[in-house]
Amino acid sequence: METFIQLGYLLSASLFVLGLKRLSRPRTAAQGNMLGAIGMLIAVVVTLFDQDILSFWVLTFGVVIGAGVGAALATYVQMTGMPQLVALFNGFGGLASLLVGAASLEQSFDLSDGLTPPNTDFLGAGAMTVLIGSVTFSGSLVAFAKLQEIWPDEVTNPAVVRALNIGLVAVSAIFVVLLTTDHSSWWLWLLAVVALVVGVTMVSPIGGADMPVVIALLNSFSGLAAATTGFVLGNSVLIIAGALVGASGLILTLIMCKAMNRTLMNVLFGSIDTGGVTADADEIYAGRVTSSSADEVAMILDTAGKVTIVPGYGMAVAQAQHAVRDLTTALEGRGAEVLFAIHPVAGRMPGHMNVLLAEAEIPYEQLKEMEVINPTFPQTDVAIIIGANDVVNPDARENPESPIAGMPILDVDKARTVVVIKRSLSPGFAGIPNPLFALDNTLMLFGDGKAAVEDISSALADI
Amino acid sequence: MTFLLALTLFVLAVFLGVELISKVPPTLHTPLMSGSNAISGITLIGALVAAGADHSTLTTVLGFGAVTFATINVVGGFMVTHRMLSMFNRKR
Repeated sequence: METFIQLGYLLSASLFVLGLKRLSRPRTAAQGNMLGAIGMLIAVVVTLFDQDILSFWVLTFGVVIGAGVGAALATYVQMTGMPQLVALFNGFGGLASLLVGAASLEQSFDLSDGLTPPNTDFLGAGAMTVLIGSVTFSGSLVAFAKLQEIWPDEVTNPAVVRALNIGLVAVSAIFVVLLTTDHSSWWLWLLAVVALVVGVTMVSPIGGADMPVVIALLNSFSGLAAATTGFVLGNSVLIIAGALVGASGLILTLIMCKAMNRTLMNVLFGSIDTGGVTADADEIYAGRVTSSSADEVAMILDTAGKVTIVPGYGMAVAQAQHAVRDLTTALEGRGAEVLFAIHPVAGRMPGHMNVLLAEAEIPYEQLKEMEVINPTFPQTDVAIIIGANDVVNPDARENPESPIAGMPILDVDKARTVVVIKRSLSPGFAGIPNPLFALDNTLMLFGDGKAAVEDISSALADI
Repeated sequence: MTFLLALTLFVLAVFLGVELISKVPPTLHTPLMSGSNAISGITLIGALVAAGADHSTLTTVLGFGAVTFATINVVGGFMVTHRMLSMFNRKR
């Protein structure tokens, strides 16, 4: 029976590998997801033959509740709520690993049946599972709460919170060692509590534009927690699947960091320097900002042959994706070519804009990456920016003193006309003014993203 | 399984994961994340053993919680990824 179970795990691990490979190609992605699900089903079914499983009713109860809740969330949550949902699922994975680690350790502490005391490898792996699982759980919940806007995006004293975080990491390292050498329930639960606080202090000072990095990193952590659980249980498929997810999450994290020209350490422990060198907003904007109207923008679009739309988090907040699709259809009806320029960190999770635009049925062939779209801006008649700010700030390219100097940006300022749809001149996440708004070829259209786009569409229809 | 064997599996799987994912297009960033997150719910099989071992009330309660949350992660993760991917393909 043991051989049968192990072969089942081998099959399931192979399906995860094939699934992840297909999940990274647009044509085969849906199939890849299916292979992953089949791999999971096989792993679960063969596990039920494990001779350690004595009672089945607890399992059945848990699986039924979990499947019902999971299916309901996956089916009824709106696409605009996707970053929150991804964060929440991530957290649940971390919590499950934490609980499995705790249960395994508790079981090993009980020597009443004359069992031998657990060895150091086992305890160390158990301690790491509790640590990573807890951080993943509470960190993901804070990320969820921030995205849901029930937790403040910024803390008053980020430096203090970060220092506290480093201190608590050191404390949890001590508990890991204590738990490994002097096995007792006390260290286990103390470690869990401190690690839960670490998750909170790690994620709470990170906000806004840095969110995609955190979401990807927590994704990586959930994989690592599963892998360490595999070390505890001596289970091959847990180790392999956990390591695969850990690696893929880490790659996404690094892609996000690169797109902001920052290191992971800088995102986690540093902060954007907004003091000193920053130019005064009034000085940059004074008398140079051109405020426009929907009618004027529609007139310019009427004769435009090549239009590029740059969506940002503001489009997600205003839920403007369907209005944007209608405007796109109207422009295409007038013979214009419409493309979308997607910055890798636009939005609050990796690929956020792609999901929203796909929901609005905009074909993904029209969505262009930064490297592809940037050379085309000089030939673009109109660039429309909806709710993006720092990712289109030319200071990143031209001003070496700027806090975001060196960050790759979309070169919208090179387009013939730039239309910026925005509520006000307020700065983006980096807290710096954007000289783009004061350019001669820039028109500011102040207002709610959705309403403004709808106004342009109706003005266009009247021409 | 010895610790060294487990470590070998882990390190090789990390390298494999890096090779598999290194060229993923931005369109798939979100589905890849939610799909791989569902795979990390594999901790469910550890949860099944912990909940079914019938060792003590404490471990059964912990195991039950682990099974429930891991199943939410697995079922919800795969289903929402499927929903997203079918959205990506419907206009082609």
